[in-house]
Amino acid sequence: MSGYLLAFLALAALSMAYIGNSRAKATHKAAVGKVHSRPIYHGLNVAIWTAVPAFVLLLVWLVFQSTIVNQLVLAGIPGSENFDPSASSILMSEVRQVASGNLFKEPSPEVKAAAAHYQSLQGIAAYLMAAAVAVAAAIGAFFGLKVIGSRYRARHSVELSVTLFMMFSSLLAILITLGIVFSLVFEAFHFFTKVPFTEFLFGLRWEPQIAMRADQVAGQGAFGVIPVLYGTFLISAIAMIVAVPTGILSAIFLTEYSHPKFRAVVKPLLEILAGVPTVVYGFFAVLTVAPAIRDLGFALGFEASPNSALAAGAVMGVMIIPFISSLSDDAFAAVPRAMREGSYALGATKGETIRKVLLPAALPGIVGGVLLALSRAVGETMIVVMAAGLIAKLTLNPLDAVTTVTVQIVTLLIGDAEFDNPKTLAAFALGLVLFIVTLILNLIALHTVRKYREKY
Amino acid sequence: MSVTASSDLNVGVPAINWQSDDMKSRRKRRYAADRRLQAYGLVAIIFALGFLAILISSLIYTGNSAFTQSVAKIEIDLSTGGIDRTKLADADWRGVVRGALRAQLPGLSRSDERKYFEMFTSSGQFILRDAVVADPSRLDRKSTFVIPLADPFDQLAKGQVSRDTPEAQRRVTDKQIGMFDQLVSKGIVSRPFNWALFFNADSRFPELAGLAGAISGSFWSLLVCFVISFPVGIAAAIYLEEFAPKNKLTDLIEVNINNLAAVPSVVFGLLGLAVFLGWFGMPRSAPIVGGLVLSLMTLPTLIIVTRVSLKSVPSSIREAALGVGASKHEAIFHHILPLAMPTIMTGAIISLARALGESAPLLLIGMNAFITSPPDGVFEASTALPTQIFMWADSPERGFVARTSAAILVLLGFLVLMNGIAIFLRQRFERRW
Repeated sequence: MSGYLLAFLALAALSMAYIGNSRAKATHKAAVGKVHSRPIYHGLNVAIWTAVPAFVLLLVWLVFQSTIVNQLVLAGIPGSENFDPSASSILMSEVRQVASGNLFKEPSPEVKAAAAHYQSLQGIAAYLMAAAVAVAAAIGAFFGLKVIGSRYRARHSVELSVTLFMMFSSLLAILITLGIVFSLVFEAFHFFTKVPFTEFLFGLRWEPQIAMRADQVAGQGAFGVIPVLYGTFLISAIAMIVAVPTGILSAIFLTEYSHPKFRAVVKPLLEILAGVPTVVYGFFAVLTVAPAIRDLGFALGFEASPNSALAAGAVMGVMIIPFISSLSDDAFAAVPRAMREGSYALGATKGETIRKVLLPAALPGIVGGVLLALSRAVGETMIVVMAAGLIAKLTLNPLDAVTTVTVQIVTLLIGDAEFDNPKTLAAFALGLVLFIVTLILNLIALHTVRKYREKY
Repeated sequence: MSVTASSDLNVGVPAINWQSDDMKSRRKRRYAADRRLQAYGLVAIIFALGFLAILISSLIYTGNSAFTQSVAKIEIDLSTGGIDRTKLADADWRGVVRGALRAQLPGLSRSDERKYFEMFTSSGQFILRDAVVADPSRLDRKSTFVIPLADPFDQLAKGQVSRDTPEAQRRVTDKQIGMFDQLVSKGIVSRPFNWALFFNADSRFPELAGLAGAISGSFWSLLVCFVISFPVGIAAAIYLEEFAPKNKLTDLIEVNINNLAAVPSVVFGLLGLAVFLGWFGMPRSAPIVGGLVLSLMTLPTLIIVTRVSLKSVPSSIREAALGVGASKHEAIFHHILPLAMPTIMTGAIISLARALGESAPLLLIGMNAFITSPPDGVFEASTALPTQIFMWADSPERGFVARTSAAILVLLGFLVLMNGIAIFLRQRFERRW
């Protein structure tokens, strides 16, 4: 339905643009003296008046329709006033299922009646929406056509609309951030009403496998974030141990030692590593790296877990190499030539220049890059979801399995849509932690990079 | 240190004999250190590229077998079968398939026969039915039907199941291998290109599972993502670059955009789950939600890329346009934007390629559902390529290992294609001022 309405609006806008254009041409021809805007602006103006208010109305309608229909249907079910929110949401989803014809068992007569009610309301709502949108478009078109005249400032009006759209678009960036913050804080707040804040922040046990139903056999549940955070930093640390030296050394080789042709070939190849989807790395870690580490550990007499932190961390490290490499590359390039040449003039070798002059001068930039890479490692999801473990453990052994924040978020939320038990809400609390940690890392990194750039 | 001790400035500093053995070995050490650093750099590059090579070659090694599928080509004469033409869907297709298979190896005992039927996909009846519904003239004549072998026998045909392993440790019995060899000697079994990988939707049986649902799901998501993020991203970039006054608010927006570009993708998934599914009540697993989440993710990158490319257009163009009487909007939309467009398109395609490979946010909004038909639009539940890979990687059947690698190769193929288009656009249309 809304698809047809969108097509209708697009078509209406196009035809109105054409009509407005030709009408303006006619008025301009008949006009005495100067005209203000070219005819096409009059056409565009009419098109904007036709489509934009109607489109906004359509969006608002779509957002509120389901809530209103649900309320009406719920009000029509006898005894529903006493339901708590989760019971009524379960009831409503059953009604929707019945209304769309998915019958798993014979529904009760109340549900059947509610489904019929739901269907009729949906039908009425669809017609009402179509009518409202059409009326809005017609009023807009009428108004737009009415103002056409040789002195009407159609160009200003069109440009104002465009500017407003552009302002809204740039405000969207803030809206997204606000959306992230509010949704995380909102759901996390619900979580903290069920699990005390201090237990979450300082608890040493993470066992979210709690009973979903009263009769289920499961643990008590413990929501202490420390072991999860610890696992995240263990895996990130392994990744950084792999990525930092490799990235910086490869950047040194590519900027200082290699032939330009070699660089032209190798640099894009390195960038491919950053372009490979993370799900591919995850599969590779499970399929190749983890068994290899296990075999190696076995040969050396160590017991390695099949989803060891080392496998996930090492693969993640390789993924991050290009970030560190290209950011160090930029940092080296920003060191002024004079410093390098001064060092050569004193008789230093290339290696000495790099170690004693270039690296210290580029250090803030490199540190910024490493922090950005660290934030990426902390937030990386697919590799650890596939290759790391599920059990939170406080261990220093990289061959043991640990879990991370992102793994827990994904496993807690897959296949669960109800926001009323601590298990799903815990994912949002973890998301909030992840957001704050990466935000701090990013801010420090961006600050370091910017401060360093002002230096030379 | 000085070179000449005779200089007045360096009275008292001992002369250095640069040719002494001491100095020679010192020089040697310094040069060795230099070469060592160079070698470390080379080793680092070889490590990274070697990893890439191992990654790609192991994927090709495990994935190539999924591009072919062992099938049995069986001739069935349906004109004698007594199929009711008015009720094609309800006919006894299972009986027809079993009869035809029985005719290939007659005289099996009951228990052997059961083992024999296990060698073929369990959905042979549906394949037959769909083929007849598509071409009813097959009811009047003898025609050949292609029935895929079940996964263990597909692997036997490909040599991935060794006949030397003890019978108890493999999924095919010695008797079944004997029957399989008989079928092969009759020339029924062949291994054509596995078109089903591209034209079938997901299935629990590896021999039938394909990527059609995932590819179209990814297509719809990317379409939504592009339709939203492209205009909004360009509009925001133009505003920030050309119109925005320098004040606290625009500074805040800029810091915001830089930060958003580095927010982990899984957080966007949480946003989509809480806002689009939770508050707006949008359908779960639908490409429209996936596309919305992906567009929020690509928006910051797109804004940054667009701003850079707008900046690269020289200001003389703008001034010339303003000089002949264009308004500020006209100068931007008629002159600067078209000149910046190739770079913007390159950036947009590269960010879409990133969005195509993104899976974490899609997992959270439920695009990892098991769905056996491709979606017809943006509101229907579907999977996407990366989430399909994730699901297959989790599947216990051995046939899915090869299929996961094959699906990854398909995904990488799309990525190479998109990046190739981006590079082509850049080289063909980009101007250096």
